[in-house]
Amino acid sequence: MTWMGIAQMGAFAGVLLLVTKPMGAYMARVFQGERTLLDPVMRPVESAIYRTCGVDPKREMQWTTYTAAMLIFSAVCVLLLYLILRLQSIHPWNAAHAPPMEPHLAFNTAVSFVTNTNWQAYAGERSASYFTQMAGLTWQSFVSAGTGMALAIAFTRALCRQSVAEIGNFWVDLTRACLWVLLPLSAVLALVLVSQGVIQNLSQYVTASTLEGGSQVIAQGPVASQEAIKMLGTNGGGFFNANSAHPYENPTPLTNFLEALAILVIPAGLTYTFGRLVGNQKQGWALLTAMMVLFVTGLGCIYSSEQNGNPVLGRIGVNQAASLAQSGGHMEGKEVRFGISGSALFATATTGASCGAVNSSFDSYTPLGGGIAILNIVLGEIIFGGVGSGLLGMLVFAILAVFIAGLMVGRTPEYLGKKIEPREVKLAMLAILLLAGCILGVSAVSSVTRLGLAGRFNMGPHGFTEILYAAASAAGNNGSAFAGLNANAPYYHTTLGLAMLFGRFLFIVPVMAVAGSLVMKKRVPASSGTFPTTGGLFAGLLVGVILILGALTFFPALTLGPLLEHLLIHTGKLF
Amino acid sequence: MVHNPVMFVVEAGCAVASYYAVVEAAGGGPRAGFLAALSAWLWFTVLFANFAEAMAEGRGKAQADTLRKMKSETLASVMVGGSLRQVAASQLRRGDIVIVSAGEVIPGDGEVIEGIAAVDESAITGESAPVIRESGGDRSAVTGGTRVLSDRITVQIRADPGQSFLDRMISLVEGASRQKTPNEIALDILLAGLTIIFILVVISLECFAVYAGAPVPIPVLIALLVCLIPTTIGGLLSAIGIAGMDRLVQHNVLAMSGRAVEAAGDVNTLLLDKTGTITLGNRQAAEFLPVNGFSERDVADAAQLASLSDETPEGRSIVVLAKGFGFRDRHLGPDAVFTEFTAQTRMSGVDTGGHAIRKGSADAVISWVRQQGGSLPDQLRPTVESVSTRGGTPLVVARDRTVVGVIHLKDVVKGGIRERFDQLRAMGITTIMITGDNPLTAATIAREAGVDDFLAEATPEDKMQLIRQEQSQGKLVAMTGDGTNDAPALAQADVGLAMNTGTMAAKEAGNMVDLDSNPTKLIEIVEIGKQLLMTRGALTTFSIANDVAKYFAIIPAMFASAFPVLDKLNIMHLHSPESAVLSAVIFNALIIVALIPLALRGVRYRPLGAASLLRRNLLAYGVGGIVAPFVGLKLIDLALAATGLVK
Repeated sequence: MTWMGIAQMGAFAGVLLLVTKPMGAYMARVFQGERTLLDPVMRPVESAIYRTCGVDPKREMQWTTYTAAMLIFSAVCVLLLYLILRLQSIHPWNAAHAPPMEPHLAFNTAVSFVTNTNWQAYAGERSASYFTQMAGLTWQSFVSAGTGMALAIAFTRALCRQSVAEIGNFWVDLTRACLWVLLPLSAVLALVLVSQGVIQNLSQYVTASTLEGGSQVIAQGPVASQEAIKMLGTNGGGFFNANSAHPYENPTPLTNFLEALAILVIPAGLTYTFGRLVGNQKQGWALLTAMMVLFVTGLGCIYSSEQNGNPVLGRIGVNQAASLAQSGGHMEGKEVRFGISGSALFATATTGASCGAVNSSFDSYTPLGGGIAILNIVLGEIIFGGVGSGLLGMLVFAILAVFIAGLMVGRTPEYLGKKIEPREVKLAMLAILLLAGCILGVSAVSSVTRLGLAGRFNMGPHGFTEILYAAASAAGNNGSAFAGLNANAPYYHTTLGLAMLFGRFLFIVPVMAVAGSLVMKKRVPASSGTFPTTGGLFAGLLVGVILILGALTFFPALTLGPLLEHLLIHTGKLF
Repeated sequence: MVHNPVMFVVEAGCAVASYYAVVEAAGGGPRAGFLAALSAWLWFTVLFANFAEAMAEGRGKAQADTLRKMKSETLASVMVGGSLRQVAASQLRRGDIVIVSAGEVIPGDGEVIEGIAAVDESAITGESAPVIRESGGDRSAVTGGTRVLSDRITVQIRADPGQSFLDRMISLVEGASRQKTPNEIALDILLAGLTIIFILVVISLECFAVYAGAPVPIPVLIALLVCLIPTTIGGLLSAIGIAGMDRLVQHNVLAMSGRAVEAAGDVNTLLLDKTGTITLGNRQAAEFLPVNGFSERDVADAAQLASLSDETPEGRSIVVLAKGFGFRDRHLGPDAVFTEFTAQTRMSGVDTGGHAIRKGSADAVISWVRQQGGSLPDQLRPTVESVSTRGGTPLVVARDRTVVGVIHLKDVVKGGIRERFDQLRAMGITTIMITGDNPLTAATIAREAGVDDFLAEATPEDKMQLIRQEQSQGKLVAMTGDGTNDAPALAQADVGLAMNTGTMAAKEAGNMVDLDSNPTKLIEIVEIGKQLLMTRGALTTFSIANDVAKYFAIIPAMFASAFPVLDKLNIMHLHSPESAVLSAVIFNALIIVALIPLALRGVRYRPLGAASLLRRNLLAYGVGGIVAPFVGLKLIDLALAATGLVK
C-alpha cells in the first residue's frame, strides 16, 4: 500500500461526504416542489411536458397506480429501444455502419438499459450507431435513473405520511428527477470531461497509421454527453467496449476521480434527502454510515489485495513492491494512468453502487479482489447502490434489521413509527428471496448446463466466478462484466435479460407494495422506549444484518469461486 | 406440523436422510455408522422442538385440571316460570336465572340481580377472605365455581356453556385456544422466507459442487440445510408464546388473547386511576381547620355529627379523627334525621336538636349555606385553597347558616410508586393519573407520585376522550377499570385490565382480567408483554447468528477430499469432515434443549431505555450468537473424537 493511494482514497471519501449534504438538501427541495435556482428555466419545460403528455401534476397516486405507471413506462421504453436497435440500418449518424442488432441481443440490450443495468453484450463502437447511442441509450440512462429516484422518493413519502393511500405522482417525480437533478449535473460533468479530453462529436471514424506501420481505426462519437449520465445515473453503459478504461471516456486521473465520485454523488445525497423528508436528519446519516462502512471495508480489501500482487509472480522473484520506479502490485488488466488505487476505487464504487462502468478488467484481478467485487453486488446493491434503487434496497434491509432485532427492546418492531407487521415482512422477504433466487438460480443452471459452460474463458473456480459474476451483475442490475465470459450468445442474452428484468421489477413491485402498506399506517410517536434507528449502534446492526444475510446466502458460492481460487493460487495452481 | 414450516422442512429432511442411512446399512456401506448417527440427531432436533412446546403446555395442564374439577357436577336451581328446577350447571344458558343459597357453588358467570351474599372466591383468586356480592352497583358480578358463604342471591347467567370464565381460563392455560398473534405470524413468515432461501442455497450449492467435480452426498446437504434454517427459534417460538401467557396466569391475570399481551409490551400510555393505584385506597381525615372564630374542637364536633351517617371510608376516618377530641359514643335524640352521602349531593349530615349540620365537598356545602341565607367568612376560601394546594381534599363543615371549619382529607401515595413511574418513563411509557379531584389537588398528588400527566375531574366520557386522543396519535393505551361506566373505555383501550371485583360489563369489555383486582398490576403486565417480545427477538437473533459458525464447520468438511486447501476455512480445527458435520447437527439439536429454560422463563427484563436494552441484548444474543457455536461445536467435536465415535 502506498501513501499516495491511501491519500487518494481518503480524499475521495472526504469529498463524497462533503457533497452529500448540499446534494441531498437540493434534492429534498426538488421533490417537495420547493423553489430552487433552476426554476426559471425548468418550470416552463416541466409544465410543457405535463401539457403534452396530459399529466395532471396535482393528482397523486396510490402505490398500485404509481407502480403500474412505472411498469408501463418501462415496458414502452423497452419496446422503443428494441425498435431503435432493430432498425439501425435506417439511422442517421451511423459512423460505425452498424447493422440492425440480432433479436436476442436487441432484447438483452433494451432490457439492460431500461432496468438501469446497462449490461453490454455488444461493443458500442462496432454495433451501435450514434443515433442509437444518443436517442436510445443516453435517453434511457436518464429515465431509468430518474425512475429509480422516483421510486426511492415515493417510498420515503410512504414513511413520512400517515393514514393516506397516496405516495406521489410517478410522472412528476420522474420529470423532476430528470430536469432538476440529472440534466444539470450531467451538463456540468460533461463539460468538465470535455475539458479533460473526452470527445464529443458526430465525426466519421478516423484511420491512423501506427508506428509499426499498420493502420488503426479510431472510433469517434458524442462520448462526453453519454459518459456524464453513465456515471451520475449509475448506468455504466459505456460508449466504447472498453468502457471507462478507454482514453476517450476517461482520459486522466482527474476524470477517473470525478467519474468514480459521480457514481456515488446521488445515491449518497439521497440518504440526506431521506433524512430531510422524514424529518430527522439522523435517520439519513445512519443509512449513510452503514453504506460508508461497507464501502470503506470493501475498498480496503480490494486495494490491499491488488497492491499485494500475485503470489505466483512473487514466488518466482518478480518485484511487485511499490517504489519510485513502479506502481507495484497486480497491474494486469489495469490502466497505468489509474494505477492500483484509482482502479480499486473505481471498482468498489461501480460494484457497490450498481453502476457497472469499469476502468479495469475484473477478470484479471486477484481472486480476493474480484471476490469482493462480487460480494459488493450480491449484498443487494446497497453500498450506496443504484440511483434510488440503492436507497430502496437499504430501506428493505433496515426494515428487516428492525424486525429481526427490534423485538429485543420489548416492543413489536417499528421503523420511523410505522409498525412492521406480517404484510411488510412477507413482501420484504419476497423481494430479497426473488433477488437471491435469481442470482443463485441463473448461476446454478449456467454452471451445470452445456450452454452455460460454453461461455467460459477459464476453467476451474475462475470460470465459475465468471458465471457467478454475470448472474449477479445482471440480477443485481449492475451491468459490469467480469470479462472472460462470452455472454454474446442466445443463451446468455435470454437468461441474463430475464435476470435483469426479474432483478429489477420483481424486487421493486413487492417493495412498492410495502410502501403502499406503510403509508396507510399511523406513525407512532418516538419515545425512549422506541427502537433507535439512528446512531452508530443501528448502523452497526444494519451492517451486521446485511453481511450475515448476504454471507449466509452466498458463502458457498463465494467459497467455491474466488476463495477456492485464492487458496489454490497459493499452492501455485492457476486457471 | 405443517403449521410450522421450519420444522416441516426438518422432518422432511430427516425422512430423506434416514432413507439413505437405511440403504447404506443394508448395503453394508462404509458410511453406515455416520449416516445412522446423522439421521438420529436430525430426528432428535424434531423431538427437542416438540419437547419444548410440550413442556410449555404441560405447565398449564396441572392448573387446568384443578380448575376443571371445580366445574364438574354442580347442580343449579333455575327459575322457570316462577318455579325452581334442578339443572346441571353445564346446561345453563345466557339469560337463565338461578337461585344460590349459602353453602352452594355458583353454577356459572353472571350478575346478582337480587340479594347480597358473602362469596368465597379463593378458587379463582387464591384470596381466602370472602368478598361481598350484591345486586346493583359495581359489585354485582359473580364467577362460576365460587361458593356462596352466607345469605342467598338470585343470579342471572351471562355466559353460554363453554364460554364461561372458567372455561376460558382452562383453555387458556392449556394453550388450546391459542391463536397466533400478528407478531408471531410475521416472525413465521420471516423464518419461512429464510428457510426457502436456504433451500435455494443448498440446491445451488450442489450445482456448484457438480461444476467443481465434487458433488456432495445428499445426507450431508440435508445436514447443512437443517443447520442453516432457523430451527432454534422455529422450535421454540410457540413455547415462548405459551410461556408468556403462563407468566400472566401466575400473576393471576387472565388475558383473553395473546394479542393483548403483545399490545401490553407496546403500550405508550398508561391511564391509572388515582385511588387504589397511585394512592392507598382512601383518603383520610388529617386535620380540622376552624374558621369564623370557632375552635378546632367545634369543628371536630360538628364534623363527627355530620359524618355519623356517612359510611364511606372518608366519613369513617372523620369520625375516628374526631374521637381524638373526646367525642365518643354519641347518642342523638329520636328526632335526628340523617342525610346520607350520595354522589349527587356530595354531602352528608344530620338534623338534630333544631340544628342542621352538614359536611361535604366545598362547593356543595357553600351552596347549601347560601341556600339557607347564610354568608361565607373571608377566611374560608384561603383555608380551602391551602388544603387543595397541599394535595388534600377540603371538606367544609357548616351548622345552620354558619361555616364552622374545613376538614383536610389527605391522600396517601403508595410507597415505591414513584420509582415505578421513573422506570416506566425510562421505558418510554407515559403515565396519566385519572382522578375525580379538582385540578389543584390532582396536580399536587401528580407531583408527589411522579406521574407525567393527570386528568382531573374526570368523567367516564373524559376518559374515553383521552384514550381516543392518544390513539389518534398512534399511541397504544392501557387502562384499568371495574365499573360499568368504565366499560366503553376498557373496550376502546388497547389493553383494558378489568378488576375481577368489577361488574360483568367491565370484565367483558376489557381484554384482561386481574383476579386479584390490583390495579397496580398493570405495570407488571406491561413488563410481561415486553419480556415476551424480547425473548422472541433475542432467540431469533441468536438463531440466525448461529449459522456463521456452522458454515465454517460444514463447508470445509464437504470439500475436504476434493480441495484439501479449503481446510484453511476449518478455523475450529475440527477433527474430521464427518466429525464436523455431526458436531454441527448435534449442536443444532442440543441448543434447542439448552434454550428451553430461557424460552420458558423469558429473557431477563430490565427497566431501561430502548437504546441501552438494544446494546445489551445485541451483545448477548447477537455477538454471543456468533461466538457461542464456535465454542460449542469445538467442544462437541472434541468429545466425539475423544470417544472415538467418529473417524
